[in-house]
Amino acid sequence: MTVLAAQLPALLIVLPLIAAALVALVRSDRVAFAITLAVSLVLPVIAALLLHRALVAGPISYQLGGWSPPWGIEYRIDVLNGFVLMLVSAVAAVAAPYARRSLAAELGDGHATFYAIYLLCLTGLLGVTITGDAFNVFVFLEISSLATYALIAMGRHRRAALAAFQYLIVGTIGATFYVIGVGFLYLLTGTLNLADMAQRLAALPDEQSRAVLTATAFITVGVSLKLALFPLHFWLPKAYTYAPSWAAAFLSATATKVAIYLLVRFFFTVLGVDVVFDRVLLALSLAGMFIASVIAIYESNIKRMMAYSSIAQIGYITLGMALSNKAGLTGALVHLLNHAVTKGTLFLALGAVALRLGSVKLQDLAGLGRRMPLTMGAFSVAAFGIIGTPGTAGFISKWYLATGALEAGEATLAFLIVASSLVSVIYMGRVLEVTWFRPPSPLALQAKDPPLSMLGPIVIFAAASVYLGLDTRGSASIASLAADQLLGARP
Amino acid sequence: MDLINAALSKYVYVVTIFLMVAGLFVVVARANMIKKLVGLSIFQSSVYLLYLGPAKIFGATAPILDSDYTAYSNPLPHALILTAIVVGVGTMALGLALVVRIHEAYGTIEEDEIFEEDGEE
Repeated sequence: MTVLAAQLPALLIVLPLIAAALVALVRSDRVAFAITLAVSLVLPVIAALLLHRALVAGPISYQLGGWSPPWGIEYRIDVLNGFVLMLVSAVAAVAAPYARRSLAAELGDGHATFYAIYLLCLTGLLGVTITGDAFNVFVFLEISSLATYALIAMGRHRRAALAAFQYLIVGTIGATFYVIGVGFLYLLTGTLNLADMAQRLAALPDEQSRAVLTATAFITVGVSLKLALFPLHFWLPKAYTYAPSWAAAFLSATATKVAIYLLVRFFFTVLGVDVVFDRVLLALSLAGMFIASVIAIYESNIKRMMAYSSIAQIGYITLGMALSNKAGLTGALVHLLNHAVTKGTLFLALGAVALRLGSVKLQDLAGLGRRMPLTMGAFSVAAFGIIGTPGTAGFISKWYLATGALEAGEATLAFLIVASSLVSVIYMGRVLEVTWFRPPSPLALQAKDPPLSMLGPIVIFAAASVYLGLDTRGSASIASLAADQLLGARP
Repeated sequence: MDLINAALSKYVYVVTIFLMVAGLFVVVARANMIKKLVGLSIFQSSVYLLYLGPAKIFGATAPILDSDYTAYSNPLPHALILTAIVVGVGTMALGLALVVRIHEAYGTIEEDEIFEEDGEE
């Protein structure tokens, strides 16, 4: 048993990877789904054990193949990436049972390959998070990205392939920018191990700071393309709109979050970013929060509306990073989790709507609240979470962010955070008004709540978004611990 | 003159930067999807050079101990770029597969014609 416990970091990556290969050989949808479900349920247990150990005993270092760092590849789990591993694996586990019915309806029978690609995507996301090696990050980033393009291309609409192609171009440029940045850092330090790199960068003479700045710029732009920071977000709405509903829900809750983690890791642990980047990030975050929210107001396709809302919410997270004080960073990290849960609920609920109505246009959803009470109830709870009503998860994040802004002495910023919430009241309010207070549309008349395998995940996600708004002992205290470690490590 | 000398002595970087910018330009400026992928491939190749150029030490050999040599090259950049090439091939394969799908659906691979056909966006 102790032998197995020492191998947990590797198992977290190897299990979904082997399962992906296994599922790729299977023809039956049912068997493929069963394997996927089993793996998805085991992963959060491993992640929880790792997070627990990182909390109790400090960072875990796992040496792949017994090669000690900085020469070999190291998996390194501290509180920050333990938290993100837990987030990704738990979202995957809760959402997994939903996949079968939704995919069968949207893709038809014979979609076993979807599960193989999904497992590869999961492997990549967990790998980016767990590894302590800059080049290994790139490899995992591309595993997850290539899988993501394929998942999106599986959407039924012919625009899905187009959206996937455009995402592939943008995503590859982003990943290549990242490699260029890492190349500069490697030339400067001669190491790829992130912890080792951080130490050597701090010891570099001043005349090489321009090379570090160039590397920072490349890495920032590259990763920002992946996390859809405004104005590098243009691929995201199309990708999420035309992806299969379940893929959109999974990706919106995990893929951008992992990219944000990567940026946090580089900014705070490795590079120690100067004030200029903070100001640029701050300006872009604010622009994203307002502009994306305003675009969301004018959207009639609700899936796309939620995608624009995601871009605005990513703005909040990067805003907290840019503040780079304890409350701000805690807010950013908590919002990673809170936004994953709330946006997961919204996209899963929309998937159920798509299953029953075959449409996610606003006018078709009229009066749907009475016909699909549980689905739309969960949707409404999550909508309040996006707005940031007290008692929901969104409120906690915004509380920390506003506190962080005030601590930084920027009262206007705190005001802007509240003001942007008011913009989200407009678009979410419009959806809620149409679904609850209008007479049913012809499509809505025959609708009813989805089967339990789909309803369960929706309700669990919605309940989690309320729970995280009431009891912050788990989420916020871990996030603030991670923020402490990050700020302490900053040179 | 200094600039020219600097450029000549570091010609690998000049080639790298030229390929980088040329590749990126093709991706942005061309509407034809195959040409976009070609540009993307050139852009990625420039990064291979970025890693491999500085890894070359003149007069040095592979890191296998031999009494005739005292200088050895670091093999790690080559290993990294082998991996990056594999990733590049995977990206290209998926990109081309998507172009085939798009051609089946729209009958064209020119982005502007597709947007015209689809109306919005």
